[in-house]
Amino acid sequence: MHELGVVFHVIDSLKKVAAENAVERITAVTLQLGEVSAVIPSYLTDCWKWAAAKEPLVAGAELAIEPIKAISWCDDCKKQYGTVEHGRSCPYCGGGNTWLLQGNEFMIKEIEVPGPEEEADNG
Amino acid sequence: MDNVRVIEVKQSVFADNNAEADRIRRQLKENKTFLINLMSSPGAGKTTTLKRTIADLKDELRIGVMEADIDSTVDAEAIAAAGTKAIQIHTGGMCHLDAGMTEQGLRELGAEDYDLVVLENVGNLVCPAEFDTGAAKNVAILSVPEGHDKPLKYPLMFQVCHALLINKIDVLAYFDFDMEKVISYAKMRSPSIRIFPVCAKTGEGFDAWEDWLRTETSAWNGGV
Repeated sequence: MHELGVVFHVIDSLKKVAAENAVERITAVTLQLGEVSAVIPSYLTDCWKWAAAKEPLVAGAELAIEPIKAISWCDDCKKQYGTVEHGRSCPYCGGGNTWLLQGNEFMIKEIEVPGPEEEADNG
Repeated sequence: MDNVRVIEVKQSVFADNNAEADRIRRQLKENKTFLINLMSSPGAGKTTTLKRTIADLKDELRIGVMEADIDSTVDAEAIAAAGTKAIQIHTGGMCHLDAGMTEQGLRELGAEDYDLVVLENVGNLVCPAEFDTGAAKNVAILSVPEGHDKPLKYPLMFQVCHALLINKIDVLAYFDFDMEKVISYAKMRSPSIRIFPVCAKTGEGFDAWEDWLRTETSAWNGGV
């Protein structure tokens, strides 16, 4: 629902990463996205194309999205289960004493930048 | 040969916003300003609730308001008419406020001159919950016509909230709204959430809500 807003946050973070690493151009970005992060990958990709084109640092950079499965933990029967399939109720005991172990992540995993050779060629 | 270099980042996209929000919170604490982030769906009664709250508390607390909307100044004008300073923050099409926009608003308002600042977030139960604004407490309003199942449908909103106002209780008789269920669903999301059934139109239930606000404001600001 707010994919464009989070894309702006991603680009802001990338600007800082680029400055810290003395990088002037990013050619690819890999994000990790939890299944229940409330961000929809296809919308995210569309917003990325639109917003990245306006920023010289990331213009044309490819966006890769790695999904992270949502897994919940039941504290009553001490078992894990898939959150998307079963929600808050444990499929083993039916209890609701459960919480999310992983799956709401929204991380910038890594970026690709031109290697030293190309930079040397350009310079 | 791969002529690229990979840089590991491993950073949450919300990390920057969260760090900024923490900085805002520390500054507000130092300035003795209690900031609440008021959230709800459109039409749940944020502005009406605020107008009544301001009218009741304006003689004991210095209250400032920041109205966030995609466009227009209708809410800020309504609040200003209730007798307190209000500024309008336009999110420029965005569905939520982030910490950066909140900080600009606080500066424009001159937040250090107030005991209590209310940030009326964009009407939306999804996006505002994702972004920490730097507020000391998050408050949500759910109105009776919206139904008691909202804490199930919008889990994060209720998970991040410290207090929940259930508004429009004057029309309870006309809706299949189960008060017990909504309370249990909300507590499932946030076990320590404080729940206040109110009617912003008549003022019913406002004493308990305003007591909470008074107590929390003075606790944050270091008063008695």
